[in-house]
Amino acid sequence: MKFFKYALLASTLIFASCSDDDDNAPDPVNEEEVITTLTVTLDSGSDTVVMQYQDLDGDGPDAATVTVSGSLNANTTYDGSIVLLNETESPAENVTEEIEEEDDEHQFFYTVGSGLDVATDYANFDGDGNPLGTLFVLNVGSASSGGLTFTLRHEPNKPNTGLENAGGSTDIEVTFDVTVE
Amino acid sequence: MIFTNTYLNSIVVQKTPMLFFFIILILFNSPIYSQDCNSSLTLKVIDLHDSSVLQNASIFVKELDIKVKTNSKGEYVFKDLCNKEYFIEISHEDCESVQTEIKVKNNTIKTIRMEHHLNELDEIIVKSNFKSKSKSVFENKVSKQTLEDYSNNSIADVLKTIPGVSTISTGSSIAKPQINGLHSSRVLLINNNVKMEDHEWGIDHAPSIDINSIEKISLIKGAGALKYGGSALGGVIISETLKTKLIDSLYGKLYSSASTNGKGGTITTDITKTNSKGWYTRLQGTFKRFGDYNTSNYIMSNTGLSERNFSLKTGLNRVDYGFEVYYSFFNNETGILRASHLISAQDIFRGITSGIPLIIEDFTYDISAPKQKIKHNLAKFNFFKTTDLGKFNFQYDFQSNKRQEFDIRRGDDRNTPSIDLELTTHSLSLDFDSRFSNNLNLNLGIVGKYQKNFPDPETGVRRLIPDYEKYDLGVYSIFDYKLNPEWIIEGGLRYDYTYMDVYKYYKTSFWESRDYGEEFSDIIVEVLANQILTNPKLEFNNASATLGSKFLFDNNNTIFFNYAMSSRSPNPSELFSEGLHHASARIELGDLRFKSEVGHNFGFTYQKSNEKFSLIFNSFLNTIKDFIVIEPVEIMQTIRGSFSLWEYRQTDAKLFGADLNVDYKLNKYINLIHQSSVIKGTDTKLNNPLIDMPPANIKNEIVYFNSDLNNLSISLQSEYTFKQNKYPDNNFEVYIPTTETYEYIDLSTPPKAYHLLNFNSRIDIRTDKNKSINLGFKINNLLNTTYKNYLNRLRLYTHDLGRNFILSVKYKL
Repeated sequence: MKFFKYALLASTLIFASCSDDDDNAPDPVNEEEVITTLTVTLDSGSDTVVMQYQDLDGDGPDAATVTVSGSLNANTTYDGSIVLLNETESPAENVTEEIEEEDDEHQFFYTVGSGLDVATDYANFDGDGNPLGTLFVLNVGSASSGGLTFTLRHEPNKPNTGLENAGGSTDIEVTFDVTVE
Repeated sequence: MIFTNTYLNSIVVQKTPMLFFFIILILFNSPIYSQDCNSSLTLKVIDLHDSSVLQNASIFVKELDIKVKTNSKGEYVFKDLCNKEYFIEISHEDCESVQTEIKVKNNTIKTIRMEHHLNELDEIIVKSNFKSKSKSVFENKVSKQTLEDYSNNSIADVLKTIPGVSTISTGSSIAKPQINGLHSSRVLLINNNVKMEDHEWGIDHAPSIDINSIEKISLIKGAGALKYGGSALGGVIISETLKTKLIDSLYGKLYSSASTNGKGGTITTDITKTNSKGWYTRLQGTFKRFGDYNTSNYIMSNTGLSERNFSLKTGLNRVDYGFEVYYSFFNNETGILRASHLISAQDIFRGITSGIPLIIEDFTYDISAPKQKIKHNLAKFNFFKTTDLGKFNFQYDFQSNKRQEFDIRRGDDRNTPSIDLELTTHSLSLDFDSRFSNNLNLNLGIVGKYQKNFPDPETGVRRLIPDYEKYDLGVYSIFDYKLNPEWIIEGGLRYDYTYMDVYKYYKTSFWESRDYGEEFSDIIVEVLANQILTNPKLEFNNASATLGSKFLFDNNNTIFFNYAMSSRSPNPSELFSEGLHHASARIELGDLRFKSEVGHNFGFTYQKSNEKFSLIFNSFLNTIKDFIVIEPVEIMQTIRGSFSLWEYRQTDAKLFGADLNVDYKLNKYINLIHQSSVIKGTDTKLNNPLIDMPPANIKNEIVYFNSDLNNLSISLQSEYTFKQNKYPDNNFEVYIPTTETYEYIDLSTPPKAYHLLNFNSRIDIRTDKNKSINLGFKINNLLNTTYKNYLNRLRLYTHDLGRNFILSVKYKL
C-alpha cells in the first residue's frame, strides 16, 4: 500500500497550494456551557451543611461525586444558596452569575422526596417578580430522611405552579439524600 | 449546412457527446438513363457513441409525399428517384427532427448527426448503470413535470416517487434519500459529475443541492455506479443539468409556486444562451421562503425555511472536444421544531407523553434556534476530447461546505453555533470511455481527492467531528459486452485507498474507559488536564466489484440480474463521535477500531411492457458484513439527569425487499398506476430487526390526461403506509426523582398506519408559438389526515404535515 500512499501524496501536491499549510495541532476547546458542579450551602446561623454534586468529565464515563457534609437539625430554618461551576475551565467559571443575569429565563425547583419533612420557599426573584431560586429558605421539620431534588429549567413558562407545567429544558436535575436529626 | 456532398461524410447537427445519433444517408445514384428517375437513396441511423442502429426512425420525402421507417439495421432504401434535390424530414421519438434538402446525384453517400435530447428534456430518467441505456439494471423514469411539482420540496422528496426509495427526515424540511433501506454515507450523491462532500454522514444533514438547479436525476446501481465510488451500498443518485442544443437560441423559464402550509413559496428562474458553434451559458437562481409549517391541527413552531441558491454553467460543446465550467452556491437556513430540543430522559419522557409539541406558538416566519445554516460552494472544470481510442474527460472540482448548527444556549453563547464545520474538498479525475468493438465498451478512470475538515473551536462546545485531512485515490474499470442482441453482460472493478490524518481531543476518562491507551499509545501528542490530544493516522483499502446481465426474451419481456460488492470506510462520525450530539439529543460514542463494511447485493428485475400495460417487478437481497449501527447501550447519570448512551457498533446485516410498479392505460385519457414496496432489514448477529427501515407502502393513482385540451392533467393519488411492525426495541425505563416514579420511555414503537390522498392538476395555456404558461394546482393530504411518519426523527414529539394547497405558475420562453 506504500505505492498508493506515495502516488496519492504526489498527486495531491497540487492541492498543497490550495490548502492551508497547517500542520499545527488544533487548540483545545474551552467548554463554555458545561456545568460540572452544583454546590448547595445551607446555613442556619449556627449550623452549616454543604451538599455537592461534582462530575468533572461532564457527559464522559466517569461517575459523579455526590457529598452531603452532615445531617440537618430538626425544627430549624436554613438559608440556602446554590452555586454552579464549570470546572473544566481554569479558573473555574461561575455559571450562577450568568443564570442570575438571565433570571427571566431560568428557574430552580425543589422537590422534597416522600418521607422527608422539610419545606422550601423561594428567596430571590426575576424582574417580573417570578421565582428564580438560586437563593431559598429551607424549613426543616421533624426528624426524617429522604431525597431532596434540585431542578434547573432553562426557558420555563413563567409564571408556573411547579414542574408539572414549567416546560423548558432541564439543565440540572440532582438529588441529595438528606437526613434530619 | 446540414449535408455535404462527400462519400460517407459526417455532419454534425447537434453536438452532445452522450446523446447523439448519427444519421447516415447513403445515396445510390445509377444514371442508367439520363433524365431518368432511376436513382436510389439509402438512409441509415446510428448512435454516435455505441454505433447502435436506430430502428423506426421516420423519413418523410416531400416530393414523393411518402413516410417510411428505417428497418432493424437502421436503414431504408428509396428507389426510382430522379437526379434532383429532395426535401427530406427525419424524425425519431428520442430526437429532434431534422429537415434538409438532399441533392440526389450518382453514388453519393452522406451522413447526418442529430441531437438526442427531446426525450431528455421531458423526462428525468432514472437510468441504470450503463452509460447510455439500461443494461443489467432496470431503468425507471420519472417525468420532468414531477421535478417541477416538487419545486417547493427537496431533492429527497422527488426521489421518493421512485419505488424502493424513501426519505428519512428530521422535521418537514430536512430530508435525505433512503434507497432500499440504506442512506447517508451509503448513498452517493453526484451533482453535475461532482460527488457531493457535505457531511453526508449525518442523518440530519440534508443534501446541499437545490432541486431547481437540476434538470435530470438518475438512480444508479451496478457497474456504472463504480465510476463514482465503491462505497455506495445503497446506490448512486446523479443529478445534472441538461446538455444544450447546438443552435443559436435563448430560452428559459420562470417558475413560481405558493403553498398554504408554511405560507410560503418558491421562485426559480433559469436562462440559457446557446449558439451554433457550441458555446453555451446557463444561469439559474432560486429563492425559497417558508414560515412555520402546520400539522392537521396545530402549528409546528420554528420549522421555517429560507433558501437562496444560484448556479452558473458555461462552456463549449463540440463533438470531439469541449469544456465546461460549473459553479453553484447553495445557501439555506432551516428551523428545527422548537419543542424537539429535549435531551435528558425526563424531558424526552415529557415530550413523548405529550405526543404533540410542548411548545406551540403563533405562526411566524422567524427562524430561531435550534436551526441549521448551510453554505455550499461547488465549482467544477472539465475538459473532454474524443479521439480514435475513445473519449477522455479530465475534471477538477472544488467544494466548500460550511455547516453551522445553532442550539438553545445561554448567555454570551446565545448566537454562537454549537457546531461550526468547514469541509473543503479538491478532486482531480481522469476518465476514459472507449468502444472497443460493436459489442464491447470499456470505461477506465482514476480519481484523486484531498479533503480537510475544520471544526471551529470558537463554538465553546467540544468538536463533534475532529480536524482531519483525508486523501483518497480510486481506480476503476467498467465494461459491457453484448453477447447477442438479446443478451448483454456488464461488470466492473474498483479499488479505493483512503488515508486520514486526524487531530482529535479525547476526554481522558473516555480514552481510559475504552482502553485506547494500550493499543494507541503511539498516537498521543499531548496530555492535558482532562483531555488527550491524539493524531490518529488511518488507512483503508476497499475493493468493489459488480457483475450484471440483461436478457431480453422478446420485445415485451426482459430480465435483469445484478450482483454488486461494495466497500465503505467508516465515516468520521462513526470513528470519532464522543459526547453529546445536540441534534440527535443523545450521547454518541464512535470507535477508533472500526474497519470497512462490505456489502453483497443481489438484484433481480422483471419487466413486461406493451402499449397498454407495463409492469416492473424489482427485488434485492443485500448482506452487509461489519455493518455499522448506532444503538442505545445504557442509561447514564449526568448533572442534567439520566441520559441514554448510544454507541456505534459493527455487526452483520441482511436487507431484502421488493417493489412493484404497474401502469395500465385504461383508455386514451385514463391511466391507472400502482406502486408498492416492502423491505425487511435484520441484524443477523443479534437476530433483531434493523432500525429505521421503511414500512411497507402502497400507492394507487388515477390520471386523466388530454393532450387535445391544453394538456389538461388531473390525478388523484392514494397513499397507504403500513405500520412498521419490525423494529428494534430500544425503549428503556428511567427513574424520575421529581415524581419518584419509574417511567417507561418508548423511543421505538413505530406510529400506526395512515392513508393520504393527494390531488394534482395542471393545464397549459399557449400564448405564442414557443411560449406557454403552465398552471398547476395541487392539494397534498387532501383529507387533512393527522399522522406520524416512522422515518421522521421528530415523530416522537410532533405529527406530520397537514393539508397543503399549492398553486404554481410556469412561464416558459
